[in-house]
Amino acid sequence: MTATSSSLAHGGDAPRSHWAALLDNSKRTLRRILRNPLTTGGLIVIALLVTIALFAPLLATHDPLIQDLNNALKGPSAEHWFGTDAFGRDIYSRIVYGSRITLYIISLVTVIVGPVGLTVGTVAGYFGGAIDTVFMRITDIFISFPSLILALAFVAALGPGLDHAIIAIALTAWPPIARLARAETMTLRDSDFISAIKLAGASPLRVLVRHVWPLCLSSVIIRLTFNMAGVILTAAGLGFLGLGAQPPLPEWGSMISAGRSYMVACWWMVAFPGLAIMMVSLAFNLLGDGLRDALDPRGE
Amino acid sequence: MSLPGMSGRMSAASFSFLYRLPRILVTLFGLLTLTFLIGRVLPVDPVLSIVGPDADHETYMQVFHQLGLDKPIWEQFVLYLGALAHGDLGNALLTGRPVIEEIGRVLPATVELGTLAILIGTGFGVPLGVFAAWNRGRIGDHVVRVISLFGYSVPIFWFGMMGLLIFYAWLGVVGGAGRIDLFYDGLVEDHTGLLLIDSLVDGNWEVFRSAFGHIVLPGLILGLHSMAYISRMTRSFMLAQLSQEYIITARVKGLSGREILWRHAFRNILVQLLTIVALAYGTLLEGAVLIETVFAWPGFGQFMTHSLLRGDMNAVMGCVLVVGLVFITLNLIADTLYHVFDPRIR
Repeated sequence: MTATSSSLAHGGDAPRSHWAALLDNSKRTLRRILRNPLTTGGLIVIALLVTIALFAPLLATHDPLIQDLNNALKGPSAEHWFGTDAFGRDIYSRIVYGSRITLYIISLVTVIVGPVGLTVGTVAGYFGGAIDTVFMRITDIFISFPSLILALAFVAALGPGLDHAIIAIALTAWPPIARLARAETMTLRDSDFISAIKLAGASPLRVLVRHVWPLCLSSVIIRLTFNMAGVILTAAGLGFLGLGAQPPLPEWGSMISAGRSYMVACWWMVAFPGLAIMMVSLAFNLLGDGLRDALDPRGE
Repeated sequence: MSLPGMSGRMSAASFSFLYRLPRILVTLFGLLTLTFLIGRVLPVDPVLSIVGPDADHETYMQVFHQLGLDKPIWEQFVLYLGALAHGDLGNALLTGRPVIEEIGRVLPATVELGTLAILIGTGFGVPLGVFAAWNRGRIGDHVVRVISLFGYSVPIFWFGMMGLLIFYAWLGVVGGAGRIDLFYDGLVEDHTGLLLIDSLVDGNWEVFRSAFGHIVLPGLILGLHSMAYISRMTRSFMLAQLSQEYIITARVKGLSGREILWRHAFRNILVQLLTIVALAYGTLLEGAVLIETVFAWPGFGQFMTHSLLRGDMNAVMGCVLVVGLVFITLNLIADTLYHVFDPRIR
């Protein structure tokens, strides 16, 4: 052990494991990302979203669900910063609490889509042949739809509701991840270190989980970040059409939908939730864009 | 263009088509399976939606039998495929007319809106992308990046509503919801189903003005998203070209920046652009679902969402199928264009 580590440590800071290497890489990437002010801005907005969601009860000035019909449809004021809706609920507080729903949606979708896409893609790419053909034809079918249309069809089948919307979005969001993981796996499959591991007697499962997955992870994470903006917009679109989160949940898309009939007289009911959606989705797009630039060697 | 070259192009096209065909058929089959399966797991009872809640058991069973629901599932699937082969997507619940007719009725409005949007998207997106690539890393590049990321990020239905609020309700410079002012509805003869063209053919300027006033805002908003996509893609295509050696050669020869940009680099990305525009056109259908709901645009998207909210599954699955078909066709066109026009792939 001492002999190998001294022979490896010619630079003084060679990583000791691939996890250490991954960590090292992430640090370097993070530094490169933060050089771009736009990306940093995106990161700040996302951090803000998480903070707001965590401390919603402290930040909200009113209860997001309690109705106060005497104060319905009031414009922005010192008491109600973003005005009130048709039931007299405080729009600012509803947006604050709505950040929790947004986070709930993107984390759940990510938790479903990441592993599924990674598994399908690496298995297809690693084994090739018939498995690959079958898996890729299935992703072809899903990719041959715009995601909102497919999500609409699934929600139609499952019935409206927040959780059903999440399932529908997850069902439409995994194929690009799978394709990416497959492409990465195929470049790794025939490399020497994988052959060496195989010769050492590692099972395919071990090769995939211990050696292929860690290497695919960074590009999958970037892709997931990029997808989150789309996920947020699709969820908001479903909410707007009345197929996602149901009243009285303060989901931003459904808040816009609720403000539709009062739009001309009460612009604040529509304007503020939409701004919230746009800022969060823009933040994820900026971050994803920056990540891609930072990690794409051709961009150097 | 010489004749031998032309025949080479045609054979390349037919070759790529034949090569693609099995894959397309598999995708198509998967599409049909998917719509069939979604149709089966529905919480809506198709029999009940036909006979109504007050029907007695005998009527219920009769319709149940008529719909073939007592047959094994694979036999139902074969029947479903057989019906589709005859263009039979079932009847829409509300009107009782065949779904395929209903879709045919609403499609021209969406095609008109989508075509305007893609023209706007391409018209602005391509120059912006070229500009960004030429000014890479400089302020112009960053401005274009923010514009296009904004186009990606804005919820299209919200943007539509804000547009209506500002330009219709407050400023009154555009027409409101719908395709045309009620006063002018049905004034021009239906030639193509596209109001702008129909009114031009009839020479009816008032109708044209009204129709244009109604389409311009949803068209612009729908076009913004395509513009974002097209400008990003144009930028990366151009960057790939500008880093090539022939560009350096052109510079060494003393050509002006404009000549290098448009006569050399841009000409080489035309094929890629065509395929991107074809794909962007397909993606517009997604935006159309939302924007048509906002603008009460009597097109495909509104038909689909209305059917969805009414639980009219025949119509919804018909719509899904149509979108899938449009997507596959556009992909095929994009691919074929690529093979026909790019000499390197021959």
